[in-house]
Amino acid sequence: MATGTAVEVVMPQMGVSVSEGTITKWLKQVGEEIQSDEALLEISTDKVDTEVPSPASGVVSEILVQEGQTVPVGTVLARIGGEVAPAAPEAEPEPAPEPAPPPAAEEPKPAPPPAAPPPPAAAPPPPPAGEGDGRTFVSPVVARIAGEHGVDPAQVPGTGTGGRVTKKDILAFIEAGRPAQAPAPEAPPAEAPPPPPTAAPAAPAQPVAAPASAAPPVAEQGESLEPMSAMRRGIAEHMRRSLDTAAHVTSAIEVDMTNVAQLRAKLKREYESAYGVNPTYLAFVARATVDTLRDYPWVNGELRGDQIVTKRFVNLGIAVELTDGKGLIVPVIRNAEGLNLLGMARAIADIASRARNKQLTPDDVTGGSFTITNPGGYGTFHGTPVISQPQSGILGTYAIVKRPWVITDPNGADAIAIRSMMNLTLTYDHRLVDGALAGRFLRDLRQRLQDWGESDY
Amino acid sequence: MAELTYLQAISDGLRTEMRRDQRVFVIGEDVGVYGGAFKVTLGFQEEFGSWRVIDAPLSETAIVAGATGAAMMGMRPVAEMQFADFVSCAWDHLVTVAAKQRWRVGTPVPIVLRLPSGGGFSGGPFHSQNPESSFAHVPGLKCVCPATPEDAKGLIISAIEDPNPVLFFEHKHLYRRIKGEVPEERYTVPIGKARLHQEGDDVSVITWGAMVHTAVEAAKQVDASIEIVDLRTVLPWDKQAVLDSVRKTSKVLVLHEDTRTGGFGGEIAATIAEEAFEDLDAPVRRLTAPDSPVPFSPVLEKAFLPQVDDVVRALEELVAY
Repeated sequence: MATGTAVEVVMPQMGVSVSEGTITKWLKQVGEEIQSDEALLEISTDKVDTEVPSPASGVVSEILVQEGQTVPVGTVLARIGGEVAPAAPEAEPEPAPEPAPPPAAEEPKPAPPPAAPPPPAAAPPPPPAGEGDGRTFVSPVVARIAGEHGVDPAQVPGTGTGGRVTKKDILAFIEAGRPAQAPAPEAPPAEAPPPPPTAAPAAPAQPVAAPASAAPPVAEQGESLEPMSAMRRGIAEHMRRSLDTAAHVTSAIEVDMTNVAQLRAKLKREYESAYGVNPTYLAFVARATVDTLRDYPWVNGELRGDQIVTKRFVNLGIAVELTDGKGLIVPVIRNAEGLNLLGMARAIADIASRARNKQLTPDDVTGGSFTITNPGGYGTFHGTPVISQPQSGILGTYAIVKRPWVITDPNGADAIAIRSMMNLTLTYDHRLVDGALAGRFLRDLRQRLQDWGESDY
Repeated sequence: MAELTYLQAISDGLRTEMRRDQRVFVIGEDVGVYGGAFKVTLGFQEEFGSWRVIDAPLSETAIVAGATGAAMMGMRPVAEMQFADFVSCAWDHLVTVAAKQRWRVGTPVPIVLRLPSGGGFSGGPFHSQNPESSFAHVPGLKCVCPATPEDAKGLIISAIEDPNPVLFFEHKHLYRRIKGEVPEERYTVPIGKARLHQEGDDVSVITWGAMVHTAVEAAKQVDASIEIVDLRTVLPWDKQAVLDSVRKTSKVLVLHEDTRTGGFGGEIAATIAEEAFEDLDAPVRRLTAPDSPVPFSPVLEKAFLPQVDDVVRALEELVAY
């Protein structure tokens, strides 16, 4: 154990709504020196992935939470200074009820969220009997037995209050022999596997609130399993919830970006040399969108219960793909209505860079009022994005391509010209925004982009 | 073996020690000529004389202070408070002097205070309390709370033998109501050792004194296997026996007749949470009297004291949890 001079590193409170985080990587090991504010570890919450800086300079004396474990905010993760723990942390017996993530698909962990065993430290008091769906609460003894036998409590039929798995239930389940979990059976097993326990003995005929969960996922031949990251789980939950909430409708419009393209070419050198920032097409679109939203408060609004909420500000979310291609995050530019083109370009560059370097805080990704997603970088010309709840709209920007286009010249004569064209889509929540309103919004937005003059910033 | 009441068993143990050991004497209000308010020492003065069965003035301070002094001079006094409630008059002598003497100067203070305690007979707020937790908080004292005649005799003898001040809480409601086989010969019951009153698998009831019998009645009405641990003594208390039972059943009801806040059940519940957390399958439940003086009205007193029905309800909730 470290002495009293050691400084504790705790799971940080990453924004008001975050209660726990997962250790993804230790950047320093026990015995290594670290400077104050130097990154010590990487964590992942359901909102963001980020680095945790060391609160002090010294030697890492203890690492208390291993990679892959999820612990509540405030849990001591490591100690800096004091005496170095004599034993390597891996050698310490791990009392945590949840075993380390399985190394292979040999014993797949089924979807964890519904019944994640409580973390070892500072477990909240159990809910009083009869409150809520008891299946989500795993008592300490059940967690311990589950850990010892490698059983997922979510697979055990519960007979306790609200379907909670009791000690008797899990012991009966183990006694009955849990279903075999061979990774890829090549032939049907010679012996019939023990039947899945139908119910614990003496289980009352009380209906179980949640249906018995599906069998744990098993990799078939040629498949492999990997657990969902916290971010992937968050995206999955949010996307499903959004589609279950909003009435999604998408309208599209074609925008002649030739003007903007010419202007951008002019500004690019000046912006890059003077300010070190690239005036991207996205910055132009974002700037024009924020202006247009002023005239369409419902597109920038939300439904809250039976009330329509409109906002005097635009907190503009920008969808950013993470470099590993395994996630997407939507950092928010707050009060985007106060930014000119330069400010918008800077703000986009800033959040994109912080998103890719895992430096966002959860408060950077909440509170948006409208979102822009930009999947056009790969040449796609249309899409139907999903609204970020509780917003009412999301703008999609697509590839700018040169196309033959009919224009009317200053003399009123029609001509076919080569123009830089871009499709924009507005996906809106039809509960609040009607098609005509969305059409007018897109028309005005197109007008702003096409008419962009040199003096408009 | 003879069937004795709880009261007769105490009397028997006391008489055994007085016959065996000349240093043992009894002092208290009306313990001599009258034979004690509850007749525990009936016939003692005739047998042992008025110098060994002393009628004291109405002063608990004088009784405890005198007993303490006599013990320091080598005697083995057994002092009776007519009601446990009155021991508060002797708090200073008991807590400041008797409990600490051994630590201060090394002199043992082998006194026994017999404390008729508990309610259930409309004794009102001055004659019904269970003040064991107040004294369980005083290092240097021992607190004994027998539930059965056999334990009452064995524990009063252990208390007299013990070199420390021992508070012997004898439950008035058990005096003549509870009978049991009691060995006629001398024997001791160790202080600090719990007794498994009834074995079971589903829920552990941790209790002592009169509540042991309430728990037994309740267990009969619950469709589950209930284990009842009779602590027998709360200071020292048999932590290991409690933890062993908790590890077996994983569900616990701590039951006592004393009021809730600061009651000894809190210490037990906290210890279980600290040392057997990973064996719990339900929150540790306490069932106690509410934080109120003991009411005089029979109706209110019944509502105040944990009843069989209350225990049944708590057990059923734990079983179903």
